Amino acid sequence: MLGAIGAADVDALFSAVPASALKSFSLDLPTHSPEYLVEAHMRALAGKNRAAGDGPFFIGAGAYRHHVPATVDHLIQRSEWLTAYTPYQPEISQGTLQMLFEFQTQVAKITGMDVANASLYDGSTGTAEAVLMARRLTRKSRIILSGGLHPHYRDVVKAYLKDDQDLICLSPSPEGQGDILDHIDVNTAAIVVQTPDFFGHLRDLQAAADAAHAQGALLIVVVTEVVSLGLLEAPGALGADIVVCEGQSIGNALNFGGPYLGLMATRKEFVRQMPGRLCGETVDAEGNRGFVLTLSTREQHIRREKATSNICTNSGLCALAFSIHMALLGEAGFVRLARLNHARAIALAEAVAAVPGVSVLNKNFFNEITIRVAQPAVGLVERLAQRGILAGVPASRLLPEAPEVDDLIVLAVTELTTESDIASLCAALTEELA
Amino acid sequence: MSMNSQGRPTGIGTLGTSATGSALLPEEPLLFEIGDTDHSGVDLPDVELGEDRLGDFARRSPLDLPGLTEPEAMRHYVRLSRLNHSIDSGMYPLGSCTMKHNPRLNEKIARLPGFADIHPLQPFSTVQGALAVMDQLSHWLMTLTNMAAVALSPKAGAHGELLGMMAIKAAQDARGEAGRRIVLVPESAHGTNPATAAFLGYTVKAVPARDDGTVDVEAVKAALSSEVAAIMLTNPNTCGLFEPQVIDIARAVHEAGAFFYCDGANFNAIMGVVRPGDLGIDAMHINLHKTFSTPHGGGGPGAGPVVLSEALAPFAPVPFLRKTSGGIELVEHVGEQALGRVTAFQGQMGMYVRALTYMLSHGGDGLAQAAQDAVLNANYIKARLEAVFSVPFPDYPTMHEALFDDSFLKGTGVSTLDFAKALIDEGFHPMTMYFPLVVHGAMLVEPTESESKQTLDRFCDVMLALAEAAKAGQSERFTGAPFKAPRRRLDETRAARQPVLKWERESEVPQAAE
Repeated sequence: MLGAIGAADVDALFSAVPASALKSFSLDLPTHSPEYLVEAHMRALAGKNRAAGDGPFFIGAGAYRHHVPATVDHLIQRSEWLTAYTPYQPEISQGTLQMLFEFQTQVAKITGMDVANASLYDGSTGTAEAVLMARRLTRKSRIILSGGLHPHYRDVVKAYLKDDQDLICLSPSPEGQGDILDHIDVNTAAIVVQTPDFFGHLRDLQAAADAAHAQGALLIVVVTEVVSLGLLEAPGALGADIVVCEGQSIGNALNFGGPYLGLMATRKEFVRQMPGRLCGETVDAEGNRGFVLTLSTREQHIRREKATSNICTNSGLCALAFSIHMALLGEAGFVRLARLNHARAIALAEAVAAVPGVSVLNKNFFNEITIRVAQPAVGLVERLAQRGILAGVPASRLLPEAPEVDDLIVLAVTELTTESDIASLCAALTEELA
Repeated sequence: MSMNSQGRPTGIGTLGTSATGSALLPEEPLLFEIGDTDHSGVDLPDVELGEDRLGDFARRSPLDLPGLTEPEAMRHYVRLSRLNHSIDSGMYPLGSCTMKHNPRLNEKIARLPGFADIHPLQPFSTVQGALAVMDQLSHWLMTLTNMAAVALSPKAGAHGELLGMMAIKAAQDARGEAGRRIVLVPESAHGTNPATAAFLGYTVKAVPARDDGTVDVEAVKAALSSEVAAIMLTNPNTCGLFEPQVIDIARAVHEAGAFFYCDGANFNAIMGVVRPGDLGIDAMHINLHKTFSTPHGGGGPGAGPVVLSEALAPFAPVPFLRKTSGGIELVEHVGEQALGRVTAFQGQMGMYVRALTYMLSHGGDGLAQAAQDAVLNANYIKARLEAVFSVPFPDYPTMHEALFDDSFLKGTGVSTLDFAKALIDEGFHPMTMYFPLVVHGAMLVEPTESESKQTLDRFCDVMLALAEAAKAGQSERFTGAPFKAPRRRLDETRAARQPVLKWERESEVPQAAE
């Protein structure tokens, strides 16, 4: 090959590199290694983690451990899904494109909105994108974040709107107190309300929508537990203008935080200000139905500095996993799954409320509740972890600046939580709090 | 369709009647045309809720979500998958996208319960192995780049770019230099670069390329001023060339008090051979899905860690790792951190595991070899094709991708797009077309190190034969292409003018006013 190129050696191909920078170092890294040794190394690291399935597990707070049918993971590992690129050549990417069209339809249906995009990185960045979208749509600037918004989501919005005087972040509201309506004024572009909120409370979206719309503002609804939409009224039916969900719960493993799946849906008239990829139906030269990426004049590769967002990718494989899992569930399965989660949460709420020294803060909830334990939650959760029980998230881990949440723990259940898990948690809590 | 007591379907029902097409080119109906809201492929207990705790918020509007039984779902998604081209089924020479082989060991490791089934908010004491993965990956990335710090959390390359530029902005604000409002971007840059700069409120100023396809340090110097915050330069650049004056450019940028952001999309060409830190770069994102073989998945998920220089390291976002006597922990509190947080949790752990597995498999030696092989393959393609396909920038050896323009098609009636579509009929995914924008009718071919000489030769033979056919006036072979794909050319104008973005029952579709 070098002969055909006319180069003496491979180094000659790097002749444009300044001599001072070309191979001017010896890499202090191990050399190549056979598969069995790499596997042993990685298995040893994996073995130092306590997997969620190893014992009672009650952690949620934006990522949820649900059962993913074996079919899902088998299918997404097919070469044609796993090793394809973004479907820029639609004639040989109809699989991915039709799947995205189906995915968009599923997301629109569960959120009750007109249109959904082909996914974003995750719920947190999706929320930041929604806020920017609302500003473009309203040409106003004030953004108000509910005190029930996941603190990481709040922080991401803050980072995206750096130095912004017109971002109002309401104090954490562990009791589910609603104070956002009082802050809306004519300068408000959007309010951001999460339901179920970070503490597990269900929020009144209709009231929020009415108050926002009365001032010409938009309602952005955030859902971090998408399974809740099997039982809770669709945000679109309650006046939401933009809905952002973390879609991880359906089809995707916990993965220590990523990759996850941002869902975004909106009203038809807002679609040209929506960030991210969109797949649309069309026909080919022979009149057959087919699908293409469309409305790309919003996107960075065409619009460059005038694009709606700098986003260049979606979360394709996670969207596929979501779509397969949702197709397997169907309406019947999705509702059953949601009901099962809610039933487990009712059982949890009743059981922990009976533990001396524990009070449950939620009146309404889906599959997550907040408890007060009358002592610093961080130490208690760590002690319970030493006993083999992953007993939720101390609220202060995400809200270290709010001392009033130091004694709060956010607890989640799913269909995988057993009665014996709940009994173990309550027994351990009883002993620790005695 | 009925189900047995395990919830498994007893028949495969609708598929037999609605799916058409030939055995090898299936026509697959939409999920909504074969599914049914009563079908479910998942067996779940149907619990009765006594008194629910949903307040007034229980669902009243219908979901109308069709379900598939397990065999129906299997067939639907297997049939759909066969309509996709993939790396595993053929060469995917998309310039700038780096479609290299995805080793399956990576997938196996990422699915170990100790990695896949751990929650991002578990106590640190229960995830020491995961934090060690992040620490080891950080070590590899910093060593390969000779940079002081790395922020792992960005979800994709463009997200990393955003973070890197945010860090630059934060550093300048801290220096009291918030007045720097201009970012220099060469004309050949990826579209994400100007989009990112504009997103942060910067004014984008283009830097013209020289006739040889590289950036002129004198042009950069002329554009620099006390108002310039940074330059965003891709190196190797999008023409596939290593910027020969990159060190001089870095020096000039620093002398003007600005920062040097490098788009690291093409780091796969130089990993283990050149360290960006030695070139004077302040921040660079690394696409783990390009350089370190995590799968593209039909459009993500990616991962875009950003390496940072000493000057920018203090401006890294949370979370970051801290080693203590008790082990590794994450610093998560935004506190006074200038930049804050750019994503919930700690980023794309699934991709960290895959990338680290790839690094350990290859070793430092193997990564350098991979880069050199990628460059060798691209130069081989360039050498075999350059007599027919015009090379716009012949002065330098190319790096990992070979750039051609469309002058060889002049007078043939065949466009770059037509030519690329004809490649589909020959079993290849088209190369990147019309990018970079600085070249007319650009064709950017990136073979990666994964392709054998035999495959490269077959690709070159096909390219040469197609060029000959175009010149011989066989334009119908091109303008109608592809002929052998699941679909002929699709009407993208119609899709954009009358957007149909979801499936609706016919009764719901508004009648078009003709």
